[in-house]
Amino acid sequence: MKLIVAMPDGKEHVVEGTKSWQVMEIIKHAGIPIRAECGGACACATCHVYVDAEWLDKMPPRKPEETDMLDMALEVRDTSRLSCQIIFEPELDGLRVTLAQDAL
Amino acid sequence: MAFIGIPAGGQHETDVVIIGAGPVGLFAVFELGLLDIKAHLVDILDRPGGQCAELYPEKPIYDIPGLTVVTGQELVDRLLQQIKPFAPSFHLSQMVNSLQKLPSGKWRITTDAETVIDAAVVVIGAGGGSFVPKKPPIPGIEAYEGSSVFYAVRKMEQFRGRNILIAGGGDSALDWTLNLAPVAKKLTLVHHRDGFRAAQHSVNQMKELVAAGKMEFHIAQVKALHGEGGKLRAATLNSKEKGDYLHDCDALLPFFGLTMKLGPVADWGLNLHENLIPVDTEKFETSTPGIFAIGDINSYPGKLKLILSGFHEAALMSQAAFKIAKPGEKLRFQYTTSSSSLQKKLGVA
Repeated sequence: MKLIVAMPDGKEHVVEGTKSWQVMEIIKHAGIPIRAECGGACACATCHVYVDAEWLDKMPPRKPEETDMLDMALEVRDTSRLSCQIIFEPELDGLRVTLAQDAL
Repeated sequence: MAFIGIPAGGQHETDVVIIGAGPVGLFAVFELGLLDIKAHLVDILDRPGGQCAELYPEKPIYDIPGLTVVTGQELVDRLLQQIKPFAPSFHLSQMVNSLQKLPSGKWRITTDAETVIDAAVVVIGAGGGSFVPKKPPIPGIEAYEGSSVFYAVRKMEQFRGRNILIAGGGDSALDWTLNLAPVAKKLTLVHHRDGFRAAQHSVNQMKELVAAGKMEFHIAQVKALHGEGGKLRAATLNSKEKGDYLHDCDALLPFFGLTMKLGPVADWGLNLHENLIPVDTEKFETSTPGIFAIGDINSYPGKLKLILSGFHEAALMSQAAFKIAKPGEKLRFQYTTSSSSLQKKLGVA
């Protein structure tokens, strides 16, 4: 399964995703710098990514806890997600996310 | 939970100064205390606990040995209780700026609040670095910082009669909205949605102020700042309905929580590897003798960033610190279960 991770400057990494891992963990494991300060506990908003719009309806919806935590993120958009709250399952094969500035 | 906060600016002398009052720094006080080593702690936050207190006070932790579940804040409270017999001194809301070696061989640290502490041993337990406010990515915002843009409120009077724009939707944003609304000439809260990560009663109070015409609330985000010489005149806000629009204001207070920055540690001449401090696994000492690093900030082969690893590191560091802080004294290894002298120190014998 492939995960495409775009940096804010447009540079892309295609990485092999592991089923049922958090997208944040996959990004981190691939050696791509992402702050993810709280370690995946939905407690800091520093793993903020933008999901490509065409993937939005395939995503599990945000839980209230994630929506609340996004209040601590910068430049929040409709496509904003905390990547620790996206579990990488087969239906997300090929997902493309862009790191937000505050995740760097 | 009780802890002794020391007023900023004094001159102090102790055995060990611990930079960072997170769980690992707190437990280090215990391990040092058993060896009769006195410790002072310095932390940039206004209370002990580090990430446990700041990021996840209410989240459960399941891998502290012997505790099936404990929240971040509960763990901090229990550690504070555990180290109470050793009465550590806390220097809070301060960042250590400099570290220098004195002719006596001791270390002197100086904080940004002019506190000076001399100690035989320095322990860096600074986790992911210092917590500092998140800065919104607004072009040119730096030019306004300190004159028109503020990430914290030190004196409310500074904002009397000003046209304030507060950005954010957490408790800090809401609390300062409510506190500053009466002193401001005009106050506007801007947040990206009509929902808040804040106490409901604060949100209700804010909405009452809006309904009474005493402040404005905009569902929008700050995109640009306008002014000259650090003096803010207006901000460009952007909302889904209106797109970009100008909003007059002369002060902006962004409240988006804290993030971690390594800070001045990088300038102390220690070996660093990817913002971590390499240490040995016998003493957890850095490349500079007498300076130790424990917890998330250190690195060594096999390192796991777990609180329990930090506890182990604190125990071994303390054995090595003893030899520096109490040269010539015999280091006696004892169990708290059986040693009456340790139990006396803990106030249980």
